[in-house]
Amino acid sequence: MNKDFTITAFTENHIGLLNRITSVFTRRHLNIESLNASESQIPGIHRFTIVLNTTEEMVKKLVLQLEKQVEVIKAIYHTDEETVFQEITLFKISVEKAAEDNLVERLIRDKNARILSVEQDFMIVEKTGHKVENDDLLEFLKPYGLIDYVKSGRVSLIKMDEELKDLKKLIKEAKQAEYKQSLN
Amino acid sequence: MEAVITQSVSEKVKTSGADAVLRSLVAEGVDLIFGYPGGAIMPVYDALYHYQEEIHHVLTRHEQGAIHAAQGYARATGGVGVVMATSGPGATNLITGIADAMIDSTPLVCITGQVASSLLGSDAFQETDIISISMPATKWNFQVTRAEDIPTALAKAFYIAKSGRPGPVLIDITKDAQFDQVEFDYKKCEAVRSYQPIPEVQPVAVQAAADLINQAEKPFVLFGQGVILGQAEEEFKTFIEKSGIPAAWTLLGLSALPTEHPLNVGMLGMHGNYGPNKLTNECDVLIAIGMRFDDRVTGNLSKYAKQAKVVHLDIDPSEINKNVKVDAPVLGDCKESLKQLTELVKRKSHQSWLDQFRTLNDIERAQVIQPELNPTEGQMTMGEVIKEVNELTEGEAILVTDVGQHQMVACRYTQFKQSKSNITSGGLGTMGFCLPAALGAKLGAPDREVIAVIGDGGFQMTIQELGTIFQTQAAVKIIILNNSFLGMVRQWQQLFFDKRYSSTELINPDFVKIAEGYGIKGKSIDQRDDLKSAVAEMLAYQGSFLLEVHVGKEDNVFPMVPTGASVSDVRLS
Repeated sequence: MNKDFTITAFTENHIGLLNRITSVFTRRHLNIESLNASESQIPGIHRFTIVLNTTEEMVKKLVLQLEKQVEVIKAIYHTDEETVFQEITLFKISVEKAAEDNLVERLIRDKNARILSVEQDFMIVEKTGHKVENDDLLEFLKPYGLIDYVKSGRVSLIKMDEELKDLKKLIKEAKQAEYKQSLN
Repeated sequence: MEAVITQSVSEKVKTSGADAVLRSLVAEGVDLIFGYPGGAIMPVYDALYHYQEEIHHVLTRHEQGAIHAAQGYARATGGVGVVMATSGPGATNLITGIADAMIDSTPLVCITGQVASSLLGSDAFQETDIISISMPATKWNFQVTRAEDIPTALAKAFYIAKSGRPGPVLIDITKDAQFDQVEFDYKKCEAVRSYQPIPEVQPVAVQAAADLINQAEKPFVLFGQGVILGQAEEEFKTFIEKSGIPAAWTLLGLSALPTEHPLNVGMLGMHGNYGPNKLTNECDVLIAIGMRFDDRVTGNLSKYAKQAKVVHLDIDPSEINKNVKVDAPVLGDCKESLKQLTELVKRKSHQSWLDQFRTLNDIERAQVIQPELNPTEGQMTMGEVIKEVNELTEGEAILVTDVGQHQMVACRYTQFKQSKSNITSGGLGTMGFCLPAALGAKLGAPDREVIAVIGDGGFQMTIQELGTIFQTQAAVKIIILNNSFLGMVRQWQQLFFDKRYSSTELINPDFVKIAEGYGIKGKSIDQRDDLKSAVAEMLAYQGSFLLEVHVGKEDNVFPMVPTGASVSDVRLS
């Protein structure tokens, strides 16, 4: 049965690694729902957060294929219940339309969105939450002068960090290096 | 470059990046490389001029020839094959060989020249993004834009190529990095922090596997190239001899166990032997060692060994449960895991089970093998040619094959006494592999007889490498099994496409004349009476020799597991 899985991969920070990671999915004809790359708590180590809709059997194989890549240190997968995650959507809304109807303001309040910027003709609204919540607001805003919008990929933290124990050695090493540097 | 544990093996010296490439190769013990020069790799070739004592460079006639030769060299020696090419088309011509080496786990270091770093991305002359192109087909690749990174990149390349499950690595070096100066200090790479090449053997896992094996009444071993790559031939033999378990080989596992070993029950898969295919679906414990359940081995997965518990020994964690669900996985180097497993298994003999293999193989012998090896009328068969070669080489030769009918026949019937003696393109099925690979094998193992068995189709895919054989004077013996067809495709057309022979018939040139043009002695035969003397003449000849044998145009290879069928539905005709 297909469902959403979040794959977290810790990797070296090298040119082209993104390509190598996505090719694991491409060659199996799998579509990535979202992908986010950022630094991690370990200096020099990158963290990829990849969301895809597939079977558990497939995602098990995928993490092994990811770990097989020389520069991938660790890859793990989780269901939505096992992680805390967020996505951001930014909306560009016509100021004129919004002013016509105070519903927009109420929506922003009710949906825990916030206004980031107001310009002459438009304003930028940010909504952070789960994809369904953000999409919900999107549907509401569509009739009220929605000019443009953009969605981010998912970022997620794992509730239990037991599986990250392999990384502990690297974290320790990084801290030691940081400490040494602070002495100089 | 970071996170690499290294060991210094040379004194510091100031030199060019190009010279550093050669010094790095020397430090890795490389004395033979294959390649083809061009603009973006010229500084390295210029440096090579000064290393002719240390490093012998084989100039092939095409970069694909160079990489297949490096593969043949690696497979015959167990070492790392090194290949060099220029940017653009030079680099892209390596891709087929890289993909072949990746799927067949062959350790290669490919060094390509690249346009100067200031020109990257500008569509410069002979610029191609070889890093992106080769990425999914390499174990690791890296672009060097600074001379100072050359030694570390190459040290890492050799380490990654040969450690764990081996594979091809590509290092792309921009021209400015080749010209620039570097403080050369070579340190061999001994670890990369993000990479664990050999998982540690877990005693609990070995025990679980031993328990299944000890309870088994009809255990069956499948062995692959992992036994050869892990140099575990002795450990493997000891294991099967103690446990008394019949063992069958994959195409790449061939020669890890001598053909005549009493527990060797033959070949697995699509054109494998009758017994092992039939009994895969009767065994109670299937023990896979260093093999990956390729679809050509398993046939229809949903009908594959469903009754059996599966034990899988492999060095690559991603192979476990990839195609076949495993009950007792044993990760690690099989040289180590087999040793531990052998200690835990009971000494047994499974005589009646072994007899089942023999009974089935006897049926195959009568229906398929006998007429193939000992025909009395009609055109010559591929099998009888192989039989003659067997008799005269006594199982001591290295067999190099291409892809197709001749490959299946040669691998089915060649007798082997020692390991690393079967070199073929298995996973990728690369036509054109054989001729250059045979050259590389001969240069890597000059004291061994190297026999290249090729079809008339595949021979013409890399026919230009006759020039390299001529220039190197490598005494490769070439047998063309000529049926004037792309035989395997024709066989499928006959069996599954109502004999519509679409684009498979070949009108061939005079191969003997072509060989003679390259200074290679040639002979062509089409009569059975000439076969023995022709093979003898070929083997007795000092240099390279091309023997063309005209065989039956529409002969088929059997047994056969048709695509989509279960292995136990293997056909004898």
